[in-house]
Amino acid sequence: MSKALIGYILSIVALFVAIWLGVSVGSVKVPISTLWDTGADAIATNIVWKIRMPRVVLAGLVGASLAIAGAAFQGLLKNPLADPYTLGVSSGASVGAVATLFFGISVPFLGIYTLPVFSMIGALVTMLLVITFAKLVDRAMKMETIILTGIIFSSFLGSVISLMIALTGEELRQIIGWLLGSVSMRGWSFVQMALPFVLIGTFLLWLNRRELNAMLFGEERAQHLGVNVKKRKMMILIGGSMLTGTAVAVSGTIGFVGLVVPHMTRLLFGSDNRHVLPLSFINGAALLIVCDLVSRTIISPTELPIGVITAFIGAPVFAFIFFRQRKKGGI
Amino acid sequence: MLRVENVSGGYDRKMIIKNVSFEVGKGEMLGILGPNGSGKSTLLKVISGILHMESGNVMIDGKSLISYSSKELAKKMAVLPQLHSHTFSHSVRDTIALGRYPHQTGLFSSWSAEDEEAVVEAMKLTAMERYEHQMLDLLSGGEQQRVFVAQALAQQAPILLLDEPTNHLDIAHQKQLLDTIKTQAIEKGITIISIFHDINLASLYCDRLLLMNQGEVKVLGAPQEVVKKDQIETVYKARISTNPHPERPKPQITILPDVNEQRSDRTITADNFQVTADLVVFQAETQLKTWSSAVINAGSGWYKNFVNRRVDASYACDNVQEEMLEYLAKNGFSEADTVGMMTAVKTTDAVIKEYDTPFGSIVIMVTAGVGNAVDVSRAHEVEMLPAIGTINTWIIVNGELTDEAFIQAVITATESKTKALAFEQVKDPRTGTIATGTSTDSVLIAATQKGRQIPYAGPITEIGKKIGLGVYECTVEAIQIYKKAKGWK
Repeated sequence: MSKALIGYILSIVALFVAIWLGVSVGSVKVPISTLWDTGADAIATNIVWKIRMPRVVLAGLVGASLAIAGAAFQGLLKNPLADPYTLGVSSGASVGAVATLFFGISVPFLGIYTLPVFSMIGALVTMLLVITFAKLVDRAMKMETIILTGIIFSSFLGSVISLMIALTGEELRQIIGWLLGSVSMRGWSFVQMALPFVLIGTFLLWLNRRELNAMLFGEERAQHLGVNVKKRKMMILIGGSMLTGTAVAVSGTIGFVGLVVPHMTRLLFGSDNRHVLPLSFINGAALLIVCDLVSRTIISPTELPIGVITAFIGAPVFAFIFFRQRKKGGI
Repeated sequence: MLRVENVSGGYDRKMIIKNVSFEVGKGEMLGILGPNGSGKSTLLKVISGILHMESGNVMIDGKSLISYSSKELAKKMAVLPQLHSHTFSHSVRDTIALGRYPHQTGLFSSWSAEDEEAVVEAMKLTAMERYEHQMLDLLSGGEQQRVFVAQALAQQAPILLLDEPTNHLDIAHQKQLLDTIKTQAIEKGITIISIFHDINLASLYCDRLLLMNQGEVKVLGAPQEVVKKDQIETVYKARISTNPHPERPKPQITILPDVNEQRSDRTITADNFQVTADLVVFQAETQLKTWSSAVINAGSGWYKNFVNRRVDASYACDNVQEEMLEYLAKNGFSEADTVGMMTAVKTTDAVIKEYDTPFGSIVIMVTAGVGNAVDVSRAHEVEMLPAIGTINTWIIVNGELTDEAFIQAVITATESKTKALAFEQVKDPRTGTIATGTSTDSVLIAATQKGRQIPYAGPITEIGKKIGLGVYECTVEAIQIYKKAKGWK
């Protein structure tokens, strides 16, 4: 049995275990059978279908989006420390989302999609600015240049968010809570809000799985192998910012998922992007469902923001990867 | 196949290559040479579409380079860049399989039997089969380079561009890689353009060479037209000499160092000779450049011990060379430093004389056994000639001889020897005519290669005159000693 096949089996099993735990564990223990048992207790059915299930699905979608976007950015940048945040895409999405809440923007024909669309617009605009700026600095658009530009934009956009928060007064607490990241009390409408974009973004990245493999050997090499590097790079950046924008719009800023999951996936199942992308998608979903479970049970009845949990796991992993790459003489 | 027309280009606004034109045919291997910074890599990047072309045109199969899409171009042209680093680890097979990228189409880009065949063949050609499932970053530099060669071959493009493919490889891997590539050119008609650092490798493997200097084509042509002393010295600004390859009709170069090494200035004299019961030995302090037809270390080379060994008339051995080497080793002469000859004449009968010339002296040694003298003009009348009985002639010169001088010295010495035999009325016992030598004569010319340069050594020159006189005198004397010993009249 190939490494990849084992990976798919283990990852899918892990995802089902995570869903099972996410649905049944909590302040009220609910058996998983409630999902299909028509004769189950009405209160239990309500808890599962109205509260737990949408929460689990949303956490899964957000985790999957961030993880696959991270995997794609890492492949593109040839940098294992890259994730949606490094490029400033996340901060751009946050600015879009915070602005939507701050100004109370509502576009009639977009309806519930207003928030994710503005978040994605924030992500994309940031991305285009980052690329334009990087291009001005260095026409060959070296990867290092893009990352550095992303950090500059991240810092700048972070201060824009802080400024908006300072000006909100009343709603201050709510936005800060949102910034730390959470998937609680969102309901099915948020799942509906996120789903189409998650599917499109994931599809865009999956289309470029082999191109990402070629780009691991450098853009020049990829060009020699027949990859239309400019076009493919753009597709990957658009797909990635779409996923990041959506995740930020529905759950706020949840860090490190895009870093931890692809890294673990590569470590366990190899670095062929044909498998790293889908496996990261599945494992990202499982990881965030479990993190959400921990965040709402660890100091119950109080809920921790989910971003605290992911950062708690993610920062040491970040440090570990950094250490290892330095030792290897990489980066 | 590929035509480059007046191409200029480079990075940003900085023009690195100027007005380069050349054409490469199907199955041809073109080597690009030039010193560092002469624009070799830039030229390759422009041809492969990575760098911007400011003016001119690159035509591939009659179509302009810019009209090709990325995938179409990759089907026409594979590129092997210099060794590069990678962050994530890939298996050897996956890396090679990437070479099939331009051939795969559709949403799922399914792996076809043709893809599989190309990858397997590429692995076979580069001898990478047993590494198939290994991780790339665990391989040595040479093995990694072979993986990328396999990747380029798996691409199955009719044009292959290489940027210093033998960089960082040991000579076995250099040879292996270039043999593989060249075989592809010959058998599959693949057109190859490769940058070389090593002029000798380029000359050896390429059909034509393009020498670049400061972004322009200095010369384009067959290796013997490009690898010329003056041209290479001007472009590379280094002193070299050229010499032929021992097996192939290709010129090779040798670097001439400009370092002053401490070499003994002592001239050689007849005192360097020592005669023992079974050896005549000449030992110099430093190596002399030698041309000889000896048993051990014949041909040209640098040696400092010269041994003329006496063997019995009944000496017979299946492997004369091996026996002689053993003998030399036993007597303290290392193979690397020693030229060895044999004679049946008593060593004490060797005639050694020194002759002064305006540029320095020459020393001549002759041992002559003429019991089986031969008239060379009638040797064809006799089926079997005995191998015993030899005239060994050594000429050791204080001076620097050119290649011509070495050859002329051999001619002069031979003519002089023949004259000595005639004077002594030595006859070929089978034909009764005056002999010209024996059936196994040997000659050795050695020179210190210091002091005055001696361009020629025929009888018109000072040295030629001395060689003529010396060899004649020594040979006559040696023959007389031989006659006396044999009790001839």
